[in-house]
Amino acid sequence: MAQAPNTPAAGRGKKLELPEHLKCYKHVWVFIELEHGRVHPVSWELLTEGRKLATALDVDLAGVVLGPAGEGTDQAVAETFHYGADRVYLIEDPLLENYRTDPFTKALTDLVNTHKPEVMLLGATTLGRDLAGAVATTLATGLTADCTELAIDPNRNLAATRPTFGGSLLCTIMTQQARPQMATVRPRVMAMGEPDRARSGEVVRERLDMAEEQIVTKVLDFIPDADTNQAQLAYADIVVAGGLGLQKPENIRLVKELAEVLGAEYGCSRPLIQKGWMTADRQIGQTGKTIRPRLYIAAGISGAIQHRVGSEGADRILAINTDPNAPIFDFAHHGIVGDALQILPALTEAFRNRLSVDRLAG
Amino acid sequence: MSQGLNMVVCIKQVPDSAQIRVHPVTNTIMRQGVPTIINPYDLYALEAALALRDKMGGTVTVLTMGPPMASTALRKALGHGADRAILLSDRFFAGADTLATSYALTAAIRKVGETTPVDIVFTGKQTIDGDTAQVGPGIARRMELNQLTYVSAIPAIDREAGEITVHRRAEGGVQVLKTKLPCLITMLEATNELRRGSMPDMLRAERADIETWNAEAAGVEDIGKCGMKGSPTKVSKVFAPQPRAEKAAMIEGDTAQAKALSALDVLTTADPKLIQVIARQTAAA
Repeated sequence: MAQAPNTPAAGRGKKLELPEHLKCYKHVWVFIELEHGRVHPVSWELLTEGRKLATALDVDLAGVVLGPAGEGTDQAVAETFHYGADRVYLIEDPLLENYRTDPFTKALTDLVNTHKPEVMLLGATTLGRDLAGAVATTLATGLTADCTELAIDPNRNLAATRPTFGGSLLCTIMTQQARPQMATVRPRVMAMGEPDRARSGEVVRERLDMAEEQIVTKVLDFIPDADTNQAQLAYADIVVAGGLGLQKPENIRLVKELAEVLGAEYGCSRPLIQKGWMTADRQIGQTGKTIRPRLYIAAGISGAIQHRVGSEGADRILAINTDPNAPIFDFAHHGIVGDALQILPALTEAFRNRLSVDRLAG
Repeated sequence: MSQGLNMVVCIKQVPDSAQIRVHPVTNTIMRQGVPTIINPYDLYALEAALALRDKMGGTVTVLTMGPPMASTALRKALGHGADRAILLSDRFFAGADTLATSYALTAAIRKVGETTPVDIVFTGKQTIDGDTAQVGPGIARRMELNQLTYVSAIPAIDREAGEITVHRRAEGGVQVLKTKLPCLITMLEATNELRRGSMPDMLRAERADIETWNAEAAGVEDIGKCGMKGSPTKVSKVFAPQPRAEKAAMIEGDTAQAKALSALDVLTTADPKLIQVIARQTAAA
């Protein structure tokens, strides 16, 4: 019954006032996801988005940095200012070296209870979702997952829009009587602004007040992924993807060949994952990866909403589909009505020739 | 002699999203005839629990919150080998968001644990209709269970020491975590394959009386924390996305080759640096 998207009338009718004791909650916070000395880029995307919300509310934008004292954390604090924060709430503690639910939940919950933000954004990563779910429950506040659009309504509430019903519709969710209003956003859904390296701000330090003995869960090991096996779709410059229009699993070859010529990543729409034609890490869409490439070529993909929200952030979309009325032509910039099985190899050939001409010309 | 594991698997009956259609004129969901299924992610949780029971003994209770027809999902789970099924159903639960859902489920799990303490609560990593991944952490928080999300494997359980080791999917790698029972595990997809039900289990499932608990039977203390009343989030509107003002500019041509050449032209004109970017990418590879 999560989010009860079937009851659109739920929030209508009476106007919901914010209880008096919650009116002191102010400012927009972004949780800065620092792990293994590196910040997940989704945090910078959220600061860029958070800046818009803070401007609309006429409040400050702050980042929350949790980590062990050291270079990685110092760097994270500096960059949080570069990407637009006015203030950083910082807890430095060796217990915050590797992510574990308990110390991070305590750190973030304590900060919220002390400094009272009205909006708090986290990346919808495995870390962010684990933490957001725990913190929102502890604070008994509203949390909206995987938002694709954030705005401030005339009553100064956060209007968090996300796909619903497997991505066939969008719904806007509000938390009118609890604070902070929490939301998670997946990597690459929001655009990242240009950092301003000259920018700085105020650092507010707090303490964790926790001992290792109080934390039951221990990290025995961290096994990094072998990069070669994992698709780097989210941050790829060029992406080529196929859908049901490929007709047979062996035709995925046509997508891979074009991707290779373009130096691109390849992926697919959800039905191909369900058929087992590609591994889940190559799925583009609301339940897979969100992409924001310079160029996205979608071949034989109809363009259901769940795919659209995962790909419409691309600078330029070329769609290939046999059906001139396919919804993908509603959000693609360029369209080719035609059979992906013929157009893909023709594109591969055209780009290959052009590139070799350029190479010869030096 | 140590006793087996007492496990609860939370499942959810969801509409099969692959078959959901939106009415082209009214933009409303056409629910009629849309079949319901057990949330696919929950099946990995169910199998993980059944596998542990096979190895270490114990019981697997499946629990769901939903309308009376959600008993179908429970019956299916019994058919796959679960020992006990509980349906949490009450009009007070209707319209619950994730916070209110975890509140009601927590009451029911506590109730299950009154006779024998619960060692592990399992959920799927998320549902396919809500996609929030919030109910699992919500239950863990409320019950003060050690929270283990996105688990891909459970290599060791030491019953005597009450310790469990799991592999947890993290950004850029896998965390190997060791913690104490009781814990809550949200299982990652594609980590196991749900067994087929045995004939005796299928027959038992068909005849089983599904235990149905209302709020009172589940021992819910504060009805105000349930359902729509207990939900801080409210859906203010549901809508179909606006089409982009401009539709795609169509690239014409008599043959596939002609269309491809014309596309190359259009793309490189719109983005003059494209060929440069490609050359850099391919050189890097």
